[in-house]
Amino acid sequence: MFKQTLHISTSPHLKLGVSTDDIMRNVVWAMLPTSAFAVYAFGLSVFLLLVTSVVAAILTEHLLCRWSGKESTVNDWSAAITGLLLGLTLPPAFPLWMAFVGSVIAIALGKFAFGGLGYNTFNPALVGRAVLQAAFPAAITTWHPAFLEGRFTDIAGSTLALPFMEPTYDAVSGATPLSAFKFDGVAADSADLALGLVSGSAGETCALLIVLGGIYLIARNMMNWRIPVSILLTVYVLSGIMHWVDAEAYPSPVFMLFSGGLMLGAVFMATDMVASPLTAKGVVVYGVLIGLLVVVIRLWGGLPEGVMYAILLANAVSPHIDSALQNRVYGTHKKAKAV
Amino acid sequence: MGLFNFRNSTFRHGIHPPEHKSETNGLPIRQFAFAPLLVLPLAQHIGAPSKIIVREGQEVMRGQLLAEAGGYVSVPLHAPVSGRVRKIANVPTAKGEMSLGIYLEAFPASGQEVLESDGLDWEAATPEDILQGIQNAGIVGLGGAAFPTHVKLKVPEGKQCEVLLLNGIECEPYLTTDHRVMLEQAEDIFMGIRYLLKATGAPRAIIGIEANKKDAAEHLSRNIPEGLPVTVEVVPVKYPQGSEKMLITSVMGREVPSGGLPIDVGAVVVNVATTAEIGRLLPQGRGIQERVVTITGPGVKKKGNYLIPVGTPLRFVLEEVGVADNLSEVYLGGPMMGMAVSNLDISITKGTSGILAFTDNEVHRADKVYPCIKCGACVDACPISLNPSQMGILAKFEAYDEMAADHNLMDCFECGSCSYVCPSNIPLVQYFRMSKGVVRKRAAAKKEVANV
Repeated sequence: MFKQTLHISTSPHLKLGVSTDDIMRNVVWAMLPTSAFAVYAFGLSVFLLLVTSVVAAILTEHLLCRWSGKESTVNDWSAAITGLLLGLTLPPAFPLWMAFVGSVIAIALGKFAFGGLGYNTFNPALVGRAVLQAAFPAAITTWHPAFLEGRFTDIAGSTLALPFMEPTYDAVSGATPLSAFKFDGVAADSADLALGLVSGSAGETCALLIVLGGIYLIARNMMNWRIPVSILLTVYVLSGIMHWVDAEAYPSPVFMLFSGGLMLGAVFMATDMVASPLTAKGVVVYGVLIGLLVVVIRLWGGLPEGVMYAILLANAVSPHIDSALQNRVYGTHKKAKAV
Repeated sequence: MGLFNFRNSTFRHGIHPPEHKSETNGLPIRQFAFAPLLVLPLAQHIGAPSKIIVREGQEVMRGQLLAEAGGYVSVPLHAPVSGRVRKIANVPTAKGEMSLGIYLEAFPASGQEVLESDGLDWEAATPEDILQGIQNAGIVGLGGAAFPTHVKLKVPEGKQCEVLLLNGIECEPYLTTDHRVMLEQAEDIFMGIRYLLKATGAPRAIIGIEANKKDAAEHLSRNIPEGLPVTVEVVPVKYPQGSEKMLITSVMGREVPSGGLPIDVGAVVVNVATTAEIGRLLPQGRGIQERVVTITGPGVKKKGNYLIPVGTPLRFVLEEVGVADNLSEVYLGGPMMGMAVSNLDISITKGTSGILAFTDNEVHRADKVYPCIKCGACVDACPISLNPSQMGILAKFEAYDEMAADHNLMDCFECGSCSYVCPSNIPLVQYFRMSKGVVRKRAAAKKEVANV
C-alpha cells in the first residue's frame, strides 16, 4: 500500500506561511493609494517620476546581482519599495534623470554595498535621497504647485531636463507648508494638510492615505505599529509643549504631524525592518528618537524639514539601541548580548 | 465545589498555530487492533535502556516483565501482548539508528488477559514505595518526553514541592489524547493525584488546561473527590504552553531559573495522561502496556484517538487507519516538535502521543530562504525571550560557543516558534538544535580531556 517514498524534514512541520516577498509586496500595495493620489495631484510628471525611480531601482538591483554572479533578487519586491519610496519623497517636477541617478545610488550604495536585502544599515531610499539633496540642492527644494490645470496632458519642463543641464521651471513654484511657516510664518490649514491639498514632495502631501496604508500593514501584521505611533506621539507632545509655550513662534502640533514628510517617513520609511531595532522596547526608543530629532531640526535647525535626517540618524544608532535593549531571557536576570 | 478557575495570565510571547483539534477531540478513545508482531526497543525512555530478562522462544503473558530497569534513570518494560519472544536483536527506532530490542509474536487466539501482581494501596504506601511502584510500572512522561516519571517526582534534599502541577495543556496542534483522557479517565487521574501528592509531599495539586478544552476542565472540576486538594485552572490558548516552564509561569506566575528545574520554584509537573496511568496501574500492580495515541492529519482516513499496544509497528497502524495516496510525511508527536519518520517499521513507543500524516498538499518543501530582514517576528515569538534572529546569524558563522555563552542557547527547548513565524524561512530552530548538539559535544570532549 505504501508505494511512494516518505520524505523527512525537521520540525516544526507547520509554517505561518507569510514570506518575505509577501511582506514586501504588501508594502508596495500599501503605498499605491498614496502614489495614485500623487499622480492625481501633480499629474503626468509625477507618474513619470515614480515609474523612473521604480524601474531604475529594479534595473540596478537586477544588474548588480547579475554582475556579482548572484541570482537576481528583484523577485523579493524590496527594490520596488525602495524605488517607489524614493520617488514619493521627491518634488513633483524633479528632473527624471536625477531621480534615475538617485535610485541607482539608493540600491547600489544604500543596499547592495552593505550586502543586499537584510544587511542595509540605512533605509536605502533615504540614502538615495540624501545624496540627491547634497548633489542637487536647488532641484530638490523647488516645489511645484498641486492641482494645476492641464497636469494630465502637460509634462513640467523640469521633468524632462537633460542630464547635467540646468532644469527650467515653468510652473509657479509654491512653497511647502513647512517652508512657508519657517521662512514666512504662515501656517497652512490643517484640513488641507490632512487631505493633501498643499504642495510638497510627490507622495507626502496626503496624510490620510498614508495612514490608511499604514493601518493596512499593521492589520496584516506586516509593520511594527510601535514605530509610527511612537514617532507621531513624540512629535505631537514635544511640539505641543513648544506651541503652548509660544504659539507665535512654534506651529501647532497638528500642523507638525500633517505637514512635510513626517507621515510618509513615520509610516513607510522609519519602519524599514532591516534598519530598525528588533525588540518592542528598542523600537519605541528608536521612534522617540526620530520624533525628537524631527522636532529639533524643524523648530531650531536651518532646514524646514528634518524627517530624512532624523530617520537616517536613528538607523545609524539602531544596532546600539538593539544591543542596549535586549529582552530579559526567561529565568535569568541578564539580557542576551547583541552583536 | 466550584467550577474551574479561568486565569487570564500566561507566559510572554508564544504563537497561535491553527489548532486542528476539532477533527479528533470529539472521538472517544478506542482499542486498537493487536499487531501480529510487536517491535519493542529497550530504549523507549530517556536514560539507561532496560535489561532483557527473557530469552528467545520464551512464552510470555500480557503484562509480564520483559526487561527490568537498567539503572535509576530507567524503567522496566512489560509485555504488551501474550505471545512468544521471537527474536532479540537490533530493531529500528524513530531516531533512525538501530538499537537492541525484542520482537514479540502475539498469540492470535489468546484472550489477552493481563497478568496482575500485588497492588499498591495509596494510603498505606510510603512515598518511597510509590516512587518504586511508579518505576516498576514502567511509567515515563507520556506527553512525549518519555522521561522516567519516578526520577522527576523525587524531590531533592532541602527542596519542597508546594504545588503538584498536572499538565493538561496539550498545546501541540492536532493532538487530542490528553483531552480525551481528561474526559474519559477522570477517576484514574484523581487516583493518580493521590499517589503523586503523597510521593512529592505537595499539599495541593493544580490541573492546568487550555481554554480550548473547557469541557474537560468542567468535567474534572465537577468530579473532584471530596477532600482532595485539587483545583482546575484554565489558561488562554497559546503555543508552547505545554512546556513545563511555560505552564508554571502561566499558572503560578513564577519563572524556572535558567538551567534549573521546576522544583526550584516549588513545582513538580506531571502530564495528565501519565497521572491517569499511575492511578490505573499502581492499585493493580500492573505495568504499562498500551497508551492513547491521536492518529490524525490530512493524510489519515480513519482519524481518532486509539489505545494502542506499545510496540505496534507504524506500518500496521497506518494500514489499519488507511492513508491518502499522496502521503508525503509521517510524524511521531505533534506537528511543532514531532519527528518525521523515515521508516515505517519503527513502532509506537511509550512516548508516542500522536501520529500525523501529511500529504503533498500540506508539506512545503521548496520554500525559498531569504536573508533575515530583522522583522523581529521570532523575537516576539520566542517564549523564553531569546533573540533567534541574532542567534541564526551566529549559527551561520558557526559561532556556537558564543551562542551558548552570550545568548542562552542552551535554554532553548526547541519549540520551533521562531521557525514557524520566520517570513524568510530561515531554519532557526534547526540551527539551534544542531548548535546545541555541537556545544554539548564540545563540553563532553573538554571534560574527557580534563579527566585524562
